[in-house]
Amino acid sequence: MKKLINDPNHVVNDMLEGMAAAYPNRLRRLPGTNVIVRHDAPVKGKVGVVSGGGSGHEPAHAGYVGKGMLDAAVCGEVFTSPTPDQVLEAIKAVDSGKGVLLIIKNYTGDVMNFEMAAELAEAEGINVAKVIVNDDVAVEDSTFTTGRRGIAGTVFVHKIAGALAERGASLEEVEAAAKKVVQNVRSMGMALTPCTVPAAGKPGFELGENEIEVGIGIHGEPGIEKTAIKTADEIAETLLNKILDDMKLEKGDRVAVMINGLGATPLMELYIVNKKVSEMLEEKQIRIHETFVGEYMTSLEMAGCSISLLKLDDSLIELLDAPADTIALKK
Amino acid sequence: MAFGVEQAKRWMSIANDHIQQQKQYLTELDQAIGDGDHGLNMARGFQEVVEKIASANYEDLGSLFKDISMTLIAKVGGASGPLYGTAFLRMSLALAGKKEADDKELIAALEAALDGIKARGKANVGEKTMVDVWEPVMEFLREKESLQVKEAALLAKEKMEHTKELEAKKGRAAYLGKRSVGHIDPGSASSHLLFAALAEALEG
Repeated sequence: MKKLINDPNHVVNDMLEGMAAAYPNRLRRLPGTNVIVRHDAPVKGKVGVVSGGGSGHEPAHAGYVGKGMLDAAVCGEVFTSPTPDQVLEAIKAVDSGKGVLLIIKNYTGDVMNFEMAAELAEAEGINVAKVIVNDDVAVEDSTFTTGRRGIAGTVFVHKIAGALAERGASLEEVEAAAKKVVQNVRSMGMALTPCTVPAAGKPGFELGENEIEVGIGIHGEPGIEKTAIKTADEIAETLLNKILDDMKLEKGDRVAVMINGLGATPLMELYIVNKKVSEMLEEKQIRIHETFVGEYMTSLEMAGCSISLLKLDDSLIELLDAPADTIALKK
Repeated sequence: MAFGVEQAKRWMSIANDHIQQQKQYLTELDQAIGDGDHGLNMARGFQEVVEKIASANYEDLGSLFKDISMTLIAKVGGASGPLYGTAFLRMSLALAGKKEADDKELIAALEAALDGIKARGKANVGEKTMVDVWEPVMEFLREKESLQVKEAALLAKEKMEHTKELEAKKGRAAYLGKRSVGHIDPGSASSHLLFAALAEALEG
């Protein structure tokens, strides 16, 4: 393992200290926790928006803390859900009396830890609502399984819910908007290389020199298939078709597109993927309102990408376009 | 049989011994079908529990189990933290104000723990989780209406081994579908250790 770290057991702490030191006018770390909050939290008259999860997905989620997006991000150990006591601290730090929305990616550990924190917060008299993001179309959704995973599409939930909260909307309204995004966003990813959790010291899975994994999760969970490397066009087509099969877009529909790098993919390659994606959407007469190309939700140093589509209507467009001032996303 | 603060502390201490000894085994089970941190997480959590409760004095079982719960919630992480944390939190509510619990009261508290686990994990029997150990064990104790802990521990072992046959429907192993068959569920294994420790704590 070759990594730019000091001690595998201190990576999250060291990262958060470096982050807080870099942006003292925007963020602060709650003392004794792995929680990053807006420097001005709690913001009066505003619903608090909290997300989080395992670390290793930077800039998610602390990179989205700021005006117009999140009030706090709870950072777990690498690829491990944060514990309820930490989530509770975040909730308490951002609640201004208007309640708090938790944006949770659909993983068993995350859901349980955040739900438990929500119960503890409610016991302390704080109003809490939850939304669970499950945008990954690579895994089957069924009432008998854990369901689909939450991946890069989560960033759209942060953006829309955060914009509405910034306008002073009620907890119910912010929750409804977040749920609307979840219903309208779909994603799928693929990996060229695996990644190594620092404390584990070796890659979480293996891929041959000419092998890729299609439908992979952001922790290297198995996807649909391991296959031989193909061209960017073919890969983009596979991912986008699977997404389109699932969301039934019609001619004239408007979408936001995200081409997300998983940590070790050159921007050049992401643009190459987007070339095909934009061509395919144009051919289907689906209107692209805005495209985001870059690293939004990574998986340590995994090479690969994910594609997300968010189906838009007028109200979502207004919130997507609304101002945001965070480290990782500005509007 | 009387179950008081002393017995509960002994239960946790023996459970911790088992978990420390089986740390590697639990981790290996989890590496096969999960994310490979169960042994590490449980060992860290129960070590903290034992240290936390060793020196403290407790007026009642409720406050002891509340401390156990809060420590597990904060220190275990993953999915097992909230699951075991909820289990002990429910026990703490069921035993609030009680210095000692008789068989019926302790069985009711364990029953509350199972309800908590099911509510938190939204799992039922047959989904390859710790519920596959807890549910049959509680059925047995409920029927006997007495703490036949040795028999319960044996049953827990049998049910843990039975999870090998099951296909995972909950937790990270569920992504593996049929590939999860042939492996013992790590949560059922740590739950067996808890019941084995309870038997030793009460019957020596």
